[in-house]
Amino acid sequence: MSALRPDLAIIAREVRAGARVLDVGCGDGQLMAALRDTKNVDARGLELNAHDVATAVSRGLSVIQGDADTDLAEYPDGSFDYAILSQTLQTTKRPDLVLDHLVRIGREAFVSFPNFAQWRIRFAHMFGGRMPVTKQLPHLWYDTPNIHHVTIDDFRSLLHERNIEIEGQWFLSGNKPRADRFANLLAQHAVFKLRRK
Amino acid sequence: MALLMQEDTRFGLDKKARLLGPVRLDSGAEFAPVDIAYETYGALNADKSNAILICHALTGDQYVASTHPMTGKDGWWTRMVGAGKPIDPARHCIISINVMGSCMGSSGPASIDPTTGAAYAMAFPVITIPDMVRAQALLLDHLGIETLEAVVGGSMGGMQALSWAALYPERVKSAVVIASTARHSAQNIAFHEVGRQAIMADPRWNNGAYYGDEAPSSGLAVARMAAHITYLSEAGLTEKFGRRLQNRDAKSFGFDADFQVESYLRYQGLSFVDRFDANSYLYITRAMDYFDLAEPHDGVLAKAFAGTKTRFCLISFDSDWLYPTAESRRIVHALNAAGAAVSFVELSSPFGHDAFLLEAPEMNRIVDGFLRAGEQS
Repeated sequence: MSALRPDLAIIAREVRAGARVLDVGCGDGQLMAALRDTKNVDARGLELNAHDVATAVSRGLSVIQGDADTDLAEYPDGSFDYAILSQTLQTTKRPDLVLDHLVRIGREAFVSFPNFAQWRIRFAHMFGGRMPVTKQLPHLWYDTPNIHHVTIDDFRSLLHERNIEIEGQWFLSGNKPRADRFANLLAQHAVFKLRRK
Repeated sequence: MALLMQEDTRFGLDKKARLLGPVRLDSGAEFAPVDIAYETYGALNADKSNAILICHALTGDQYVASTHPMTGKDGWWTRMVGAGKPIDPARHCIISINVMGSCMGSSGPASIDPTTGAAYAMAFPVITIPDMVRAQALLLDHLGIETLEAVVGGSMGGMQALSWAALYPERVKSAVVIASTARHSAQNIAFHEVGRQAIMADPRWNNGAYYGDEAPSSGLAVARMAAHITYLSEAGLTEKFGRRLQNRDAKSFGFDADFQVESYLRYQGLSFVDRFDANSYLYITRAMDYFDLAEPHDGVLAKAFAGTKTRFCLISFDSDWLYPTAESRRIVHALNAAGAAVSFVELSSPFGHDAFLLEAPEMNRIVDGFLRAGEQS
């Protein structure tokens, strides 16, 4: 469990043992494997990258190659205890619709994303005058998979608009947990636990 | 145990069993007796939990990992089955069965009808993919194998794997379905019809009664040529042949095989007729055309798998236009709706439908991991 990325470690800690989980954008299945091995979770995954799917399946996980933007509509309402979207929201074409599907498919949902309003990024943008390239967002503007940068405050206002309730929130900077205060300015990553109102 | 298995004459290479049956066919008819030709590799373990059934494609056979007796060629899937491969006789008891309707020893139109003493020819009943599976289930009963660790197949073999999971869910722990489909499309049926008409247009076909006489080889060769095009991709053909000429510097202004691609197809057609029976080709293509797993379930594919505990792994290839990825996705969608544990990947390959028979390390990695995970649970 210690090898998990910090946002995944938070999600892994919060997921109830024995739950049914859909991991959207599951990558090579690291979180799914941890949930299966430590919490006896029945995990299913969706991932765009064929090589990552192959790695996840070779770990014995049930993963379908597919696209969060187009394939989530296939999943019935409330078919999972949790729907998880980690570090993927900012790569989707329609984050708002993906979010709607998450809280529809999962009775609860976890969403984690890098916070584009963290002060280092603001600083780089303001004084560099160019699209920020940082340790957590290392891509150049033309080849970044992150096509919809989002800040914690933007995300909260989208939740409000979509009538989605926050059940829990965790913030990270430098891979360490930090307080809620000034999170939009100070946190590098955010993890939200959500539910449809 | 291994020693005991060796003494059990039901297991080993080049086996044939006569099963009393009858098999109740989808057409309503009953068929008996049923001859089934098969091979096994590797020993069945003490709790009989390591049996893997390999299902072959339209013109395949039971020689999945041993030398073909007529062509002298290696088994047709030695890249997947063998020592150190994902399906390994050191770990698995592998069963490979020639489908009913075929011509490599299992009951088919070329077999002798015991009631007449002559070949069945067109008196052989029209069969379906589920009928083939029912006959395979009889063979497993004969071998004393109740549950399969996995059923694995590509193309028509994948149709059988899906049918196994739908017909006998309690007998199949895992199903691997590669480059396949849950139904034949209008285009699939159309290509098969071209092949069948080519056979039936050959005067030597003689309404199927050609046994003991010359076979309709020209018709069968044309059928094979047309089908072979559907197994390759346009890009693959272009890369392999382009517009290059065959053993000549200029066009002949005649109808010889000027182009390499023509020469290749003619060779494919001619070499096929030596090892395959034209009537079997008619019967098996018909079975594939009749295949629609959703049909008995009011057209709802998910209902074919309702409540299934079988694990599924589906693989498609991006250049396969015979059974394109969309068909695999349709199955995945249905399995999801049925709550099944399902994995799916579309792999990239320039080789079209045939990709599943060729070197594909990623496919092997997936099948290996999928099977091993099933063995742990």
